[in-house]
Amino acid sequence: MNGFSEAFLYLNDPLNWTRRGGILELLGEHLAISAVAVLAALVLAVPTGIALAVTGRGSGIVVVLSNVSRAVPTLALLTLFAVSPIGFGNRATTIALAVFAVPPILTNTFVGFREVDADVREAARGMGLRRRQVIARVELPLALPLVMTGIRTAAVQVVATASLAALVGGGGLGRIVNLGFGQQDYGQIIAGALLIAVLALATEVLLVLLSWAVTPGQKRFPFPVRRRLSATAPEPTAAGMPL
Amino acid sequence: MRLVLSAGAMVSAPGDVLAADAAPNPWFDASYVVDNWDTIVRYLGEHVRLTIGAVVLGALIALPLALLARRYRWLSGPVLGLSAGIYTIPSLAMFAFVFPFTGLTATTVLVGLTLYSLVILIRNFLTGLQGVPADVREAARGMGYGSARLFWQIDLPLALPAFIAGLRIATVSTVALVTVGVLVGHGGLGQLIFGGFNANFYRAEIVTGTIGCVLLALVADVLLAGVERLSTPWARARA
Repeated sequence: MNGFSEAFLYLNDPLNWTRRGGILELLGEHLAISAVAVLAALVLAVPTGIALAVTGRGSGIVVVLSNVSRAVPTLALLTLFAVSPIGFGNRATTIALAVFAVPPILTNTFVGFREVDADVREAARGMGLRRRQVIARVELPLALPLVMTGIRTAAVQVVATASLAALVGGGGLGRIVNLGFGQQDYGQIIAGALLIAVLALATEVLLVLLSWAVTPGQKRFPFPVRRRLSATAPEPTAAGMPL
Repeated sequence: MRLVLSAGAMVSAPGDVLAADAAPNPWFDASYVVDNWDTIVRYLGEHVRLTIGAVVLGALIALPLALLARRYRWLSGPVLGLSAGIYTIPSLAMFAFVFPFTGLTATTVLVGLTLYSLVILIRNFLTGLQGVPADVREAARGMGYGSARLFWQIDLPLALPAFIAGLRIATVSTVALVTVGVLVGHGGLGQLIFGGFNANFYRAEIVTGTIGCVLLALVADVLLAGVERLSTPWARARA
């Protein structure tokens, strides 16, 4: 009845990995869709977040955006793009995922730049840095931890949501689960779910390591437990939602 | 017949294509909502039941865990670590993992959603409980409060804003997540979204399901905000 041993068999068969439309091909598709979506959101959201924070306007917009985006089901957005004139397939999926990746990056960038100490900014100006230099050399390093949190949240969200695309005619690892349901093949369902879960966890770990690597200043290894996140305060901004 | 001519027709009038494409497929259609009112209400009911069930069950499990994690500090690390791990599992995978045990039933969706709401709630409950000033608790204990009374009259009122903030986040994201339940055929309004996709991309049905979800989330959020306002009159008096 429960397909965990069949899932092991499925995953242990090399042909399931290498054949056409096999795990490796779907994994590549999944990663490509996710990477493009996150990069597109990055290009859009980071400059916008910086601009809004530096000019000191638009905090209302950012709050509303991050709240409303939580209420819109990801499946709904994927479906809406799939039935739009774009047509279903990977392009519609990528656009829908990029739309979903914008709010966390935007919010965290905005808050990160907003929370830079005004004294620090003023001191930098007083030392003769121009506005552009202040942003690039003073504010960016200080805001980077939060910006990276936003990117991590968005990336994990995108990798997770990409698996839903299979329900509405998209590609990626969700196909395996969807196909398993179609064929009543429990082993395949569990195998696909395992792959998706492992990929999401791996994305999370990888980006935690990445943000540790790019954050300037004193370094403490991020594992096993990030204390800061745990006990005293909730995460400063819209934490991601499970997808 | 039009099919043969279509290539030529396309050039002269780009809007006028194949006969098969001529059926209108509007994004909004009030007649769809009117004609299918009973179906919509049925799915809405399932959506509401699943959401309330998941959040209530999640809260009932999260509260004792949060109390334990505050009491025994070494527990808070593993509890929060585990919950962060669960949080990362995509919903599709979550439902697929639960599916072999409970099959194509609403229970599958309920179990998966309860796990997610549990994870959100435990973090906020713990934050709220840890925000209660230690000297206030000590003073209460000095005045002879037992542990039950301490919880009801000291911890709960002081931690209430954090509790309700957690409930709001959990509720809104649960409303959105119920839709993924279409995987096992119990997705509430998600059934409309998925059904519309499968019914030859019927846009009116998809949009109806989507708007229903968003409205439901908004209504739930406003209701909980109202509960917070009513249950913390002292916060209003101060403001």
